[in-house]
Amino acid sequence: MALDKATVAHIAGLARIRLSEAELEPLTDELSHILTWVEQLNEVDTSGVTPMASVAAARLPMREDEVTDGACREEILGNAPRTARGFFVVPKVIE
Amino acid sequence: MSDSSLLALTLAEACTGLAQKSFSARELAAAYNDAVKVAEPLNAYITPTPERALAMADAADQRLARGEALPLDGIPIAVKDLYCTKDVLTTAGSHILDGFRPSYESTVTDKLWQAGAVMLGKTNLDEFAMGSSSTTSWHGPVENPWRRAGDNRPLVPGGSSGGSAAAVAARAALAAIGTDTGGSIRQPASFCGIVGLKPTYGRCSRWGVVAYASSLDHPGPMTRTVRDAAILLRAMSGHDPRDSTSAPVPVPDFEAALTGDIRGLRVGIPREYRVDGMPGEIEALWVQGVEWLRAAGAEPVEISLPMTKYALPTYYIIAPAEASSNLARYDGVRFGLRVEGDSIDEMYELTRAAGFGAEVRRRVLIGTYVLSAGYYDAYYLKAQRVRTLIARDFVTAFEEVDCILTPTAPSAAFAIGEKSEDPIAMYLNDVFTVPANLAGVPVVSVPAGLSDDGLPLGLQIIGRAFDEETVLRAAEVLEAAARFRHLPSFIAGGGR
Repeated sequence: MALDKATVAHIAGLARIRLSEAELEPLTDELSHILTWVEQLNEVDTSGVTPMASVAAARLPMREDEVTDGACREEILGNAPRTARGFFVVPKVIE
Repeated sequence: MSDSSLLALTLAEACTGLAQKSFSARELAAAYNDAVKVAEPLNAYITPTPERALAMADAADQRLARGEALPLDGIPIAVKDLYCTKDVLTTAGSHILDGFRPSYESTVTDKLWQAGAVMLGKTNLDEFAMGSSSTTSWHGPVENPWRRAGDNRPLVPGGSSGGSAAAVAARAALAAIGTDTGGSIRQPASFCGIVGLKPTYGRCSRWGVVAYASSLDHPGPMTRTVRDAAILLRAMSGHDPRDSTSAPVPVPDFEAALTGDIRGLRVGIPREYRVDGMPGEIEALWVQGVEWLRAAGAEPVEISLPMTKYALPTYYIIAPAEASSNLARYDGVRFGLRVEGDSIDEMYELTRAAGFGAEVRRRVLIGTYVLSAGYYDAYYLKAQRVRTLIARDFVTAFEEVDCILTPTAPSAAFAIGEKSEDPIAMYLNDVFTVPANLAGVPVVSVPAGLSDDGLPLGLQIIGRAFDEETVLRAAEVLEAAARFRHLPSFIAGGGR
């Protein structure tokens, strides 16, 4: 499928990746090329075939609902670019 | 022993030498620390850890002296920089993980250290393991220690575990661990003339491995011999409750499976792997491989894996889809790079634009598209249905044969920059390796010969799920017949 620039800009917005106008054009061509190439799957008759999400056992293992870790706030915050008073700091989201 | 003779030992030989006190773990670690330095021009390591190596070697020496040796005591190993290692920089080859020092250790590396292994450092890779050349790392491209005869251009080591492969081939690591999502252990092993093993999905825990495509990611060993791979795999394997896809199955003694006896083994030769444009030398090596196994008493059987040609396009829907979801966590809030913005969305967008390289962006965007409303069924669900058929191909084949022999890659190593213009030309590198990831079955690549211009070529043996033993047994026979003794142009510590 040939994508247009507006669609690529929309996808980039969904993926939260800022693209410049200059990047948009070549990327539109590349993504269109890749999508056209993967569309050869349409040759395959898959009617009645169950989709496979994983080769692992279809049922997830169960365990007791008990606390297995915690009390590691310092470790969790340790790699954050900005923290304050035990929290991650981000730009203001509520006016 | 001299450094060069220490560096020439296989993992199995080094275990024996350490047990017999022919040399100490410290001597071995020191020789490898020097080799890592000498091999710097290859850019195989992002973060060497020489001090940690010596400290771990000293601990191993103490256990050896007390007669309490662990299975891998004193064995120096390189770790693909996709495994989280506690307090040691973990980059995934990406700018976006700048400065990330995990507060935890991956299950697989933890098992290796618990078995006495010594960490040499973290090896370079394609960014987030997305690639077949190890040229997309934020930390620069890796160079293959091999060169074409009469041509001095630097070659790629394959990817994405190219740093691990180059380090093992150049004797800058005794063994290494990699990860294989579409061929990322086996294709670089083939390009660098070493052994690479992708185990069954679920055999080795993915906990603490930076996720690319979770249903396809497989940790595995990269070594100089099949025996070494068997030894290392045993230490890496086992059920892990922290990975819900980890299989609760016993871990066999894989080394014990190397009996050398493959009489009566039925080896499938899939006709669909004869692809257009495959060089004659690879076809010839494949035919030779069949003859080697036949001469050892195996029975070659022509088989069909009809969905083979659809494996790559299936992979290039499923892997980007899973990647777009997995890589959503890189948002500039909890770890790594952050580019400030006026709003939180702007901060996300600027951080991810600055932090992700071109191939990662491409895959995240493709993945976002195929998962988006209106396209999910046409692309993602369609690919998952074809995946079912690809896995079924293998189940059907294994009703008739015990293992399958194919080439590992459709070419030898290529020059750095040679294939970077066209993404699909790069994707085609994985045409023979991707099907086994989709089906989750075990495969080992063995160096089997040289191309006309003097570069290593691998053959791979694919087996039934959780039957690594048959795969390894057949691979060892192949290895013995191929007698691959060639060395790359560059090795640390000189010749034998």
